[in-house]
Amino acid sequence: MDGSFKDAQTGEQRIRNFNINFGPQHPAAHGVLRLVLELDGELVERCDPHIGLLHRGTEKLMESRTYLQSLPYFDRLDYVAPMNQEHAWCLAIEKLTGTQVPRRASLIRVLYSEIGRILNHILNITTQALDVGALTPPLWGFEEREKLMVFYERACGARLHANYFRPGGVHQDLPQDLLDDIKTWADEYPKVIADLDGLLTENRIFKQRNADICVVSEQEALDWGFSGVMVRGSGMAWDLRRAQPYECYDEFEFGIPVGKNGDCYDRYLCRMQEMRESLKIIHQAIDKLNAEGPGDVLARGKITPPKRGDMKTSMEALIHHFKLYTEGFHVPQGEVYAAIEAPKGEFGVYLVSDGSNKPYRAKIRAPGYPHLQAMDHLAHGHQLADVAAIIGTLDVVFGEIDR
Amino acid sequence: MSEALRELAEALEASKSEAILGITHSDVSELTVVVSTSALPGFVEHLKTAREGKFSTLVDITAVDYPEREKRFEVVYHFLSMYTNLRVRVKACVREDEVVPSITDIHPSANWYEREVFDMYGIMFSGHPDLRRILTDYGFRGHPLRKDFPTTGYTELRYDEVAKRVVYEPVSLVQEYRQFDFMSPWEGAEYILPADENAEEAK
Repeated sequence: MDGSFKDAQTGEQRIRNFNINFGPQHPAAHGVLRLVLELDGELVERCDPHIGLLHRGTEKLMESRTYLQSLPYFDRLDYVAPMNQEHAWCLAIEKLTGTQVPRRASLIRVLYSEIGRILNHILNITTQALDVGALTPPLWGFEEREKLMVFYERACGARLHANYFRPGGVHQDLPQDLLDDIKTWADEYPKVIADLDGLLTENRIFKQRNADICVVSEQEALDWGFSGVMVRGSGMAWDLRRAQPYECYDEFEFGIPVGKNGDCYDRYLCRMQEMRESLKIIHQAIDKLNAEGPGDVLARGKITPPKRGDMKTSMEALIHHFKLYTEGFHVPQGEVYAAIEAPKGEFGVYLVSDGSNKPYRAKIRAPGYPHLQAMDHLAHGHQLADVAAIIGTLDVVFGEIDR
Repeated sequence: MSEALRELAEALEASKSEAILGITHSDVSELTVVVSTSALPGFVEHLKTAREGKFSTLVDITAVDYPEREKRFEVVYHFLSMYTNLRVRVKACVREDEVVPSITDIHPSANWYEREVFDMYGIMFSGHPDLRRILTDYGFRGHPLRKDFPTTGYTELRYDEVAKRVVYEPVSLVQEYRQFDFMSPWEGAEYILPADENAEEAK
């Protein structure tokens, strides 16, 4: 297409499409995304995302590590909401081994999955606002993220890379004062949501930059394999927590917000509402944890370590501990696909086991991958400035896309 | 859930028996359909449009490498139906030199998944609009997820202060790549441990 306008008379009339390289160091590229954009004036004609700059070969690495050693890799996928990823891996292993998770562990998992969802949505909403020109929301939102990360730290010792969910339960029980503090935080958080709401929802600039941008119809959402907020924004009430309940989500009461127009603004509203719904689940989970009292948080058996006290007195427990952390546990031969509703959409793990202590093949299905794939389709005909808004609304994190 | 899958399996067997090589129903209530490579696009089209399924969402495409088999690769497709709330897995066994028909015409989202499978396994897809590498480096050689590709890879890169650019070099490890094997010799392991061959001779 370059320089093909031979019939133009003057140099000024000889206009050709302009190719621009967006990223990988662009602050609005949300990580290491490189876009090759072909522009007709200010309009995007073609958009070719180059990914893989953060490719670490997670799936290859997991093939030479035991099931337990593979778990921390999941924190490093979508590093914005680490525990949700671990959840999918644990569910896959539990399905193949037929492990029943203890009640208390199940509730703790739900509690921390929802904390992860709020962590993710705060980041997405506020950086989306940053991409379209507002500086205050990230400054306010990140304060809350910090508080939530402290909850992560108090549960497992790490702010980000938790390694907390384990096949068969969770690593350690939560102390009572942590539960109380989460409850206090959950009581106060609606005020922060209201603040963000006041900053953004009726903000003229925010609306102009988001409403009617990147409209996704129902058919498009299906064709491009979208999930999560990307389909809910287009009016489909599809949520794996409700449609194919895993863990104990079926006993919680929460709403599934759906959008009407399928544009960036509706998806923003969905995410805001989802935070409120997550708060409801957090409240219910804490109430249940308090009402049901203490209990074991790991299904005691071959795939989990013995109790500390047992190891001091029982030789078998000591051997079991040693074998578990060196050889690891064996997963019966078979294949399984386990999916969870991660904050970004359907996060799945396809696990093929050959009966040994290492996964034969583990495929990670990241929700951001099909979302970013549709970038060419979605950005076509939009202004260059809207590209930043579209990347923001797709909610891409390169840890999970590049794997 | 399981009942609906059984009905689906029967319906598929009745309407598309010529394409199906086998149907398995796993213990964790998942349906796996093995189809022949040539019949794959027709079968996927049928899954998408047929009344009993309406599997309109392509969840994932991946492959599994079994180097000892004659048909070395298994290409695995996952489909989801948001209408009937069911999932189905479709598999096709492929030889190393075989070309798989692309399903990008039926599911546009197959585009990147097929590129990834090509990148990671070297399986070619016919009719794919843009079969380039996707996750690996520009100019990368080999297919990393094949079982015969070493985890360390073949090349490494660093910034050269003298040349003022990034240079590629063959991998040099300061110590052996450590691959510990803790498999119990009395359960599972079917090989002789390093010191055990001497024990046999001593007898």
